[in-house]
Amino acid sequence: MGYFTGFKVTLRQMWKPRVTIKYPEQKRPKPVRFHGRHVLNRYEDGMEKCIGCELCAGVCPARCIHVRGKDNPPDAPVSPGERYGFVYEINYLRCIHCDLCVEACPTEAITESKLFEFSFTSRQDAIYTRDELLVSEDGAPQQLPWEDWRPGDDQNTSAWMRATSPSGSAAEEGVVHWSGERGYGVRSPELGQAPAPLPAGSRLVGRGAPGEAEAAPAAVVASGGGPAVPPESDGGASR
Amino acid sequence: MMFLASAGDPLFVHGINFAVALAVIIKVVLAFVFLLVSVLMMIWFERKIISDMQNRVGPDRAGPWGILQSLADGTKLFFKEDLLPDRADKRIFRLAPYLSAVPAFLSFAIVPIGGTITVGHYTTELQVADPPIGILFLLAMSAVAVYGVMLAGWSSGSKYPLLGSVRASAQMVSYEAALGLAVAAVVLYTGDLSTRAIVNGQEGLLRHVLPSWNVFRLGFVPFFVFLIASTAELNRPPFDLVEAEQELVGGFHTEYSSIRFALFFLAEFMNTITMSAIVVTLFLGGPDGPGFHFLRWLWPILWFLGKTLVLLFVQVWLRGTLPRLRYDQLMDLGWKVLIPGSLVWLLILGGMLISFKWGLIVLIASVLFGAALMRARALGAARVEEVGS
Repeated sequence: MGYFTGFKVTLRQMWKPRVTIKYPEQKRPKPVRFHGRHVLNRYEDGMEKCIGCELCAGVCPARCIHVRGKDNPPDAPVSPGERYGFVYEINYLRCIHCDLCVEACPTEAITESKLFEFSFTSRQDAIYTRDELLVSEDGAPQQLPWEDWRPGDDQNTSAWMRATSPSGSAAEEGVVHWSGERGYGVRSPELGQAPAPLPAGSRLVGRGAPGEAEAAPAAVVASGGGPAVPPESDGGASR
Repeated sequence: MMFLASAGDPLFVHGINFAVALAVIIKVVLAFVFLLVSVLMMIWFERKIISDMQNRVGPDRAGPWGILQSLADGTKLFFKEDLLPDRADKRIFRLAPYLSAVPAFLSFAIVPIGGTITVGHYTTELQVADPPIGILFLLAMSAVAVYGVMLAGWSSGSKYPLLGSVRASAQMVSYEAALGLAVAAVVLYTGDLSTRAIVNGQEGLLRHVLPSWNVFRLGFVPFFVFLIASTAELNRPPFDLVEAEQELVGGFHTEYSSIRFALFFLAEFMNTITMSAIVVTLFLGGPDGPGFHFLRWLWPILWFLGKTLVLLFVQVWLRGTLPRLRYDQLMDLGWKVLIPGSLVWLLILGGMLISFKWGLIVLIASVLFGAALMRARALGAARVEEVGS
């Protein structure tokens, strides 16, 4: 009766649970290294991390990034360095989300959020300018009207306000690290880095803040949860 | 046979009065609406069941459980641009969808969906028409539907539709034979072509156990032959070579869009429903089934609808389970299995109807003949192998 076993299979399948995820209402958790819309980060004192070096624009295979650097005005510097990016545009009609810009950036100024649901309706909106990409004062990515941000999604960015690489320890010299940990705001310094005095009135947000780490069970890559965490654990999964 | 007011009088030999005309009009409109609504439900039903079998959710956006999905799809189709290919034979291209849809509507007319109903002094049968040619009308209509498919493919002026329609006409013509032989078994037993007479002949019990439906009385062979042949006739999976998406884009309706495409789609699903209803009529006793004393007219209708629904589920089940046949497999099944099988069964049945002795003789003769055929075939295959290697 080999002809009829197939009929049994299809009938049996009818009572099995559905594999469909009802997308707009339910969403799959995104992978840790998911590449979404970019953010331009700041330091905890509000300075921009971008130094206008144009490495991201140079490495971009889709040629979607347009950067122009400019000398910092001495009386009101925008970035801590000599120069800052005064034009920064990403054309999302061309961007392929390869994340090479993030790797190229020497100051971790450009990182990515996990947001991919941004449906602009004009070219003007498709080209994100510096004003749109920059994170807010507390490090949270901006939520533009045509983007679908859900509560908690901003925790999925890597927009830490602390400086660069998990270096500071001699053991990590020359070892490339990804900004794998997610969250934003000011986090505790890593081992080997001098503790930064928090600016007055700044809030601790994101997963890096002690006490909030427990509230974020989805932290797959261990972030620098506190000073006690050794640097090896930082982005260790992504080495 | 007792003639009711117009019940058994499809040719109006007793004349037409106001009541008769009104009844006919009401029945036509009701059948039309019933068919349209059931097509909408059928498309939704099929999509839901298929998605259940594939562990999906299926349409669930329009209305509760997505029940209005096909209505939304239809509305969208009606507002689409109506394209006419440059190289199309314009008049025939426009005509073909109607050749497909109209027979689909018409063939439902002969299906008895219930017993009789009495309004005031007027009694009428619950079927649009009960012509004396009865079931032959169905065969005629399904033959006309071949024209719709064939002309659609031919007039499109494009290669895939043409290929699809050539396949379709070959398939539909060859399975019509098996279909006709299965119907012939029923007609032979009933002794009447009229669908009403066929249904009435199936009332009662068989040996006090089974309902005396044709599926039991004729042996299961004509039932299954009819089921397979009607699936092929409908161009439904696993016999949907006509519109094999992977090979022929969309088959005969590749070049169609908008309302004309909707008409083909409508015709296909209407034919599915009609064929299931015809199977119920011919083999499963139609509206026959136990009823209760209140609302006497309702139970036959419910029985009919229930049986049809089961058959529709079987159609969807077939689609969900079986892969598409290859073209030669299709023709093999039609010509080498279904037609000889139903022909032999018809002969045996005919013999049995005369007397048991005659039936036995025909049975033995056909077994012997079949054995000889098998032997010849085996010999031939062996020789081919010998020569070939």
